[in-house]
Amino acid sequence: MDLLQIKNVSKYYGENRVLNNVSLSIKEGEIHGLVGENGAGKSTLMNILFGMPVIQSTGGYEGEIFINGKNYKPTSPEEAMAEGIGMVHQEFMLIPGFTITENIKLNREQTSPSLLSKVFGKRLEKLDMKAMAKDAREALNKLDMDIDEYVPVAGLPVGHMQFIEIAREIDKAGLKLLILDEPTAVLTEAEADKFLEVIKKLSEMGIAILFISHRLDEIKQVTDSITVLRDGEVVASVKTDEIDVREIARLMVGRKVELSERKNEDRKISDEYILEIKNLHVNMPGEEVKGIDLKVRRGEILGIGGLAGQGKLGISNGIMGLYESSGTIIKDGKELPLNNPREALKASIAFLSEDRRGIGLLLDDSIEFNIAFSSLEVQDNFLKKIGPMKLIDKKKVREHALRMIEELDIRCTGPRQHTRALSGGNQQKVCIARALSLKPDLLLVSEPTRGIDIGAKKLVLDTLVKLNREQGVTIIITSSELAELRQVADRIAIIYEGKLAGILPPDASDEEFGLLMAGEDIKKVVS
Amino acid sequence: MIVPIIFLIICIVGSFFTGLPFSFLFDEMVIRLARNLVLVASLILPVITGLGLNFAITLGAMAGQIALIIITNYSIGGTTGFFLSLLISTPFAIIFGYLVGRVLNKAKGKEMITSMVLGFFANGIYQLIFLLLCGTIIPVRNESLLLSSGVGIINTIDLANIKYSLDSLLPVTKYPIATLLVSLLVFIFLHFILKTKLGQDMRAVGHDMEIARVSGINVDRTRIISVIISTVLAAWGQIIFLQNIGTMNTYGSHEQVGLFAVASLLVGGATIEKASWKEALIGTFLFHLLFVISPLAGQNLLGNAQIGEYFRVFVAYGVIGLALVLHAWEKNKARTKLSDVKE
Repeated sequence: MDLLQIKNVSKYYGENRVLNNVSLSIKEGEIHGLVGENGAGKSTLMNILFGMPVIQSTGGYEGEIFINGKNYKPTSPEEAMAEGIGMVHQEFMLIPGFTITENIKLNREQTSPSLLSKVFGKRLEKLDMKAMAKDAREALNKLDMDIDEYVPVAGLPVGHMQFIEIAREIDKAGLKLLILDEPTAVLTEAEADKFLEVIKKLSEMGIAILFISHRLDEIKQVTDSITVLRDGEVVASVKTDEIDVREIARLMVGRKVELSERKNEDRKISDEYILEIKNLHVNMPGEEVKGIDLKVRRGEILGIGGLAGQGKLGISNGIMGLYESSGTIIKDGKELPLNNPREALKASIAFLSEDRRGIGLLLDDSIEFNIAFSSLEVQDNFLKKIGPMKLIDKKKVREHALRMIEELDIRCTGPRQHTRALSGGNQQKVCIARALSLKPDLLLVSEPTRGIDIGAKKLVLDTLVKLNREQGVTIIITSSELAELRQVADRIAIIYEGKLAGILPPDASDEEFGLLMAGEDIKKVVS
Repeated sequence: MIVPIIFLIICIVGSFFTGLPFSFLFDEMVIRLARNLVLVASLILPVITGLGLNFAITLGAMAGQIALIIITNYSIGGTTGFFLSLLISTPFAIIFGYLVGRVLNKAKGKEMITSMVLGFFANGIYQLIFLLLCGTIIPVRNESLLLSSGVGIINTIDLANIKYSLDSLLPVTKYPIATLLVSLLVFIFLHFILKTKLGQDMRAVGHDMEIARVSGINVDRTRIISVIISTVLAAWGQIIFLQNIGTMNTYGSHEQVGLFAVASLLVGGATIEKASWKEALIGTFLFHLLFVISPLAGQNLLGNAQIGEYFRVFVAYGVIGLALVLHAWEKNKARTKLSDVKE
């Protein structure tokens, strides 16, 4: 009988279906790989399995899960742990100031009774550090770690931290299934190799492992079987030796791309570069850019894609000077000063941030003010001079706002409405309107359709294309949704680990995109 | 480590100018350590639990004073009076600590300023009760406690009944041996707490609330317990402090408690994230040494004792400000820099 059986699990977040009839089964001691793009539903599936509170608070899930044939419906991580499910999170759950022992035994410390505990209860029992260290040692030994268990975690190499996390999981009594979420993402190659060995060892001990990774060669190397998720559905569940890396890549990315949307227009793009990026580094936490060279032609739409956390978002933020950066950026033949948003705006670059509500909009101000704001600040538009003072020309702002509302079809009660009350799609349009008020010749757009429903998505994308075609605005669009990029972009650059993995034409095969996103080496650059 | 060294140098230089005999300084320091150590120690647990410096020990001090007013009202004195006041102050302190803890849990990340404002706010209620309600709604038996109008407690209460009741409990020498022993017991108690499961939870919560929560530790409850222990210790500390002074300024004694205790701890080299008995001891010593010598040094150097007085208030606020700036600076240094991205 299978250790874990997931049967027809579906999950909705509001109207949004993120998992659709997912079924999966894992045997004892099996290493099962789970692959999929961002948003394919991997994390949701993990959260369900591990009983994370977010699942319950959004209405639970449909379908059934069995462990050893017994019905299992976890409502808290504690319940999951009691059933022998352990999870190693992508972010380390280790306390740097604690020793390895203390971290391994966190909240599961052995204690011995003391005088005060007899009066005030169990919580005042003394820690039995020796017994704790002994358990920690045993767990570490199972992983072939000969590090001293009394060493503080702070300052250890990342690789060690990963092993300590796993040691904590195997120290929990009766561990049957270990979920590893992108465990090798932070490891060096040598560490990753050792890590994979340990995984195999664990499986020999009879522990089943659910291994999530987007490093396809690793998945191929270490797993017994593989499930590929795409858009919340299982597209394949096969034995590892029956599939090759290219096929996995194809399955992971492939979708019915609506290429029909693209008119067979004859695009003529000049050979002139509007923007040249040389050796750009950006320190954007979680999206670090580690040396990118990129040239953007005047009048084109350049897509930037890649998995989350690989650095694609850092590029636009770096160009705009929102995060500390270094390197050279040449706009229209002139070098652009770095780390200075004002200069970037003055160089006719406008930016639609991925953080729409955070830094994109003034949520408690009116639509008209939001539209006029940047232009007013940077280009002194919409101002009237009375003596030495500059005042906002309300009439001009109103006229402009009304025109924009009509042109972009912003659904609102009027230009005085606060942007907080607008839907995501309409908020995005206000952002576009503001960017347009700057009359940019280069528009940077990050995640323009995140959190927007399908109808509005199309409108936003169409607006961008229209801008490009009719006003000749060069657009760099960064998005996690590859399909979206393939729909609008002329070229698509894929970013992997802070570097450019390659540039593909939008009609390149799914396989090629999948391989590039997974960091496989196919040096392919279209220009 | 730099802060205590600077203070040590200031103290050495200052004591050179005072010309005070060593024996006088020694006696004075022993007395001051005895009466302040428990108050300073009450700050340790909240720092370890990640709440920063608990300025709300002012509320604990109030609990202690409430107990002192009650025993004075019933004219209970001596050792009985002292221990009775400890007993009476405890439930008040537990309730105050619980309420403070609840509020601070709602203000995560802003605990220090919240606790400071809570102290001011509680002072208002304290004044309302003792200025207006005592003698009207709350009956006061001991009429010498009331203002001449019959409403409100007098400004200065004479604690002659319990003066030195703890200090001279073990009259072996002229030093307050019993008080020092009690302080030692408090330090041992704190040390013990930190070795228990509860203490481990506190440390985990202090290091990272999120990780503690995911590991199944009840973060809010742990924080509240930490504040309660802190408040109770502050109440006891204030009673110990006042039995040594012998008089109580009803509306003023508690006001500076938070400030001076916090400054003491920081002078000892503690930060808002790290504190232990060592910092409490060193800090209390240095801070009060400065208190003793600064008026005299001011007098001898500049011909004005007021300068010294000014100097010590300046030092108290200055050291708190400095500690906060240093902390922010350290935190800033720990952030990743662009050069880190470049490998």
